[in-house]
Amino acid sequence: MPKVTIDGVTIEVDEGTTIMNAARKVGGEIVPPAMCYYSKLDKSGGKCRTCLVEVTKGSDKDPRPMPKLVASCSTPIMDGMEVSNKTSQKVLDARKGVVEFLLINHPLDCPVCDQAGECDLQNLSYEHGTEGTRFEEKKRVFDKIDIGPFIQLHMTRCIMCYRCVYTADQITNERVHGVLKRGDASEIGTYIEKAIDNDFSGNVIDVCPVGALTDKTFRFKSRVWFLNPMDAHRNCDKCSGKAVVWMFGEEIYRVTGRKDQYAEVEEFICNTCRFETKDLAKWTIEGPRHISRESVISQGHYEMQPLKIENNNEETK
Amino acid sequence: MGRKILLEKTGIENINTYEVYRREGGYSAVEKALKKMTPEEVVEEVKKSGLRGRGGAGFPAGMKWSFIAKPEGVPRYLLCNADESEPGTFKDRFLMEKIPHLLIEGMILSSYALGCNTSYIYIRGEYMWILRILEKALEEARQNGWLGKNILKSGYDLEIYVSPGAGAYICGEETALIESLEGKRGNPRMKPPFPAVKGLWQSPTVVNNVETISSVVSIVNNGGEQYASIGLGKSTGTKLISACGNIRKPGVYEIELGISVEEFLYSDEYCGGINNGKRLKACIPGGSSVPILPHYLVTKTANGEQRLMTYESLADGGFATGSMLGSGGFIVFDEDQCIVRNTWNFSRFYHHESCGQCSPCREGTGWMDKVLKRIEYGKGNMHDIDLLVSISKNIEGNTICPLGDAAAWPVASAIRHFREEFEWHIKEPVKCLETNYGLVKETELEA
Repeated sequence: MPKVTIDGVTIEVDEGTTIMNAARKVGGEIVPPAMCYYSKLDKSGGKCRTCLVEVTKGSDKDPRPMPKLVASCSTPIMDGMEVSNKTSQKVLDARKGVVEFLLINHPLDCPVCDQAGECDLQNLSYEHGTEGTRFEEKKRVFDKIDIGPFIQLHMTRCIMCYRCVYTADQITNERVHGVLKRGDASEIGTYIEKAIDNDFSGNVIDVCPVGALTDKTFRFKSRVWFLNPMDAHRNCDKCSGKAVVWMFGEEIYRVTGRKDQYAEVEEFICNTCRFETKDLAKWTIEGPRHISRESVISQGHYEMQPLKIENNNEETK
Repeated sequence: MGRKILLEKTGIENINTYEVYRREGGYSAVEKALKKMTPEEVVEEVKKSGLRGRGGAGFPAGMKWSFIAKPEGVPRYLLCNADESEPGTFKDRFLMEKIPHLLIEGMILSSYALGCNTSYIYIRGEYMWILRILEKALEEARQNGWLGKNILKSGYDLEIYVSPGAGAYICGEETALIESLEGKRGNPRMKPPFPAVKGLWQSPTVVNNVETISSVVSIVNNGGEQYASIGLGKSTGTKLISACGNIRKPGVYEIELGISVEEFLYSDEYCGGINNGKRLKACIPGGSSVPILPHYLVTKTANGEQRLMTYESLADGGFATGSMLGSGGFIVFDEDQCIVRNTWNFSRFYHHESCGQCSPCREGTGWMDKVLKRIEYGKGNMHDIDLLVSISKNIEGNTICPLGDAAAWPVASAIRHFREEFEWHIKEPVKCLETNYGLVKETELEA
C-alpha cells in the first residue's frame, strides 16, 4: 500500500485515496479544513480552495515538488508523497487569502443567522482569518427568492460550495435547483419560485457549510447553543430514522441529521423526520449527542445519561 | 519577406471553396498520410517538427499527442479549440474565415494520427458566421469523400462536427470546453485526471488550437524536419500574430519565429511602427493574459539582449522583466494611453468571465475590478496599490484553472512597471480624469 507523509506523520493508505482522506485517517491537527468537500457526495470538492496543501515531494518515483499548492480533497496520493499542511507558511498564507476572499462578499450577519454556532465559515475564519477587513467596496447582494415551504435560501451568505447541488443530484430523484449565472454573480437558484419539493430536499440544509440554506420551521426560534442535541430514532419508511433532535426542555425545536466531527451527516434523513415530526413522543431518545468541547454548542450541554423518558407511543414501540 | 505556411494561399481568390483549395494542392497531405503513412509516423513527424501549441501555453503538440491513453474499446476524441476569446487575439478567426479547408485537412490528419473517429470543432458562439463557413466546407469535404466511412479506401472513418459555445471565455480552457461540449455548465474540471486520460465523455481526448491543427498540414506535406528548420531553437515554425493597438498596420501577420520584436514592430512588412509618429509606451505581446512590458523592455531584454519573437526570448527575465508569447495577441500602446484604465478594462473582463466555481477567482477578480475602477476614477487610496498586489498574489496559482493566473498577471505586472502612473492617478484625481481621452465622466462611478 502506498505511503504518504503529512506534516511528518506517515500513514499507509489505499491506492487512489486523496490527501484529505489520508489526513482524516490520521485525524487531529493535520486535517486540512474543507468548505466544499463532502465525503458522502461524489465529485464534491476542489472549489473552495481552503484545503490547499503543499506537496514537497511528488512521490518516490518522481521526487520533484509540485509547482503549485494543490487541493488536498481532489489530489490522489502517490507512494512516498510528502505533504505539508500546517507546517508550510505558504499554505497558511494561501489559506488566509482564501478566507479573506470567502468573507469579502459574505454579509457577516452572524447575530441574526440561524447557522451561527455551527457554521463552518465561522470556525474557519476564527482559525485562519484576519481581524478587520481590507474590503472597502459595496458587498454583493441578491434578490430574495422563495424556494419552498421548508427551506430558506439566503443567497448573500452562499460561498458556492456546490454541495447542495450535488446532494440534490445524488440523493433526491430530481434536481430542481442549480447554479445560475457566472463569476461573482453566480447564484444557487430554482429559476421558478417555490420549486423545491421532494422527500429528501431538506438535506441541503445539513450539507450547507454556511447559513445560506436554513430550516424554515426553525427560523429565528432559538440559538443553537441554547438547545440540547439528543440522538434519537424513529421508525421511518423513507429513511433510516436516525437523527438528532434539538431540544429545549421537553420540546423539540428542530431535527437534523447526525453530523460527525467534519460536520458531515452520517445518514441523510427524510423531510418527514426533519420538518414534520417535532412531537417528542414520536421519537426514541438514545442519549445526548457528542459535541466537541471546542464548539459553542457544548456549553450548557451535558453528555450524561439522560432521564428515562416515558414512551407511550405505539409507533416507535 | 518571411516564409509563410498558414497564410501562403490566403491571397488566392475563392480559396474558401473546395474546388480552388483542391486545385491549389489541398488535401494532398491527407492522401499522403492515409495512403503512405501509419498514424504513428504522423505523430513522429509532428514530434520532429517541434510544433508547439499555439493556444497560449506553448506545450509541444507531438508530446501532447503521445500522452493520449489508448485503452481497448474506448473511443478517442480530438477537439479543436476555436473558442478564441482572448482580448487582442483574432488569428484563428482570420484563418478559419479565409481558408476553412486548411483546418479541416489538419483535423483529418490529426484525427488519423490520434486514431479518433469523431472530432469536434468547438467554436465560440460569437463566430456564428464562421460556423456556417466551416459547416459548408465540411459538407464539401464530405461530398468529395474526405470525410465519412472508409476515406480514400484506407478503412479509416472520420466524422467532424462543429459545435458553438454560448459566449463564455472560460470555455476556451480545455476542461471547461469539454464540459460545455458535453452540454453542461462550462466549469473547468479538477486535474488530474487529465483530458488525455479522461476527457470528453470520460474518454481520452486531445484539445488543440486551430493554428496548431492547421500547421500539421504543412508538417505532413513537407516533413517535420523542414518545419523545424524554420524558427529558432525550441520555437520552431511560423506563428500567426494578431497585432492591434496604436500601430500603423494592425492585422494578422505570419512570422517566422525568431525575428526580432523590433523588426516586427517597426518594419513596414509587419506593424509599420507606432501610429501618428508617437512614442511607444508599452506592449502586451501575447494577448490580455500575459504580463505587460514597458517600452524599455519591449525590444531589449533586461540584460540588454535583443528581444526576439520566440517563446523563450519573450519570457526572458521571468515575470519580473519578461512576458509570454501566449496566443499571439500583440497589443501596442502609444504614449497617450492610460495603463490604469487598460488594466481596469482587462480586470473587468476577467471579472465578467470568471466561472465562479472556485473562491479566489470568483471573489478576487471582482475585488480587483472594483478597486481599479476606483483608482481610475480618482477615488483611490495609496494603500490600494499594495492591496491589488496582495490580491493578485492570493489568486495566482491557487485556482482550479489558469483563468485566475490570467486575471492576476496583468494587474501585478502593470503595477510592477507602471507604479508611478497608479500613484499619479491617486494623487491627481482631477487631472487623471481630464487627460484620459475625455472618455471618462465622474458620474460613471456612481452608476
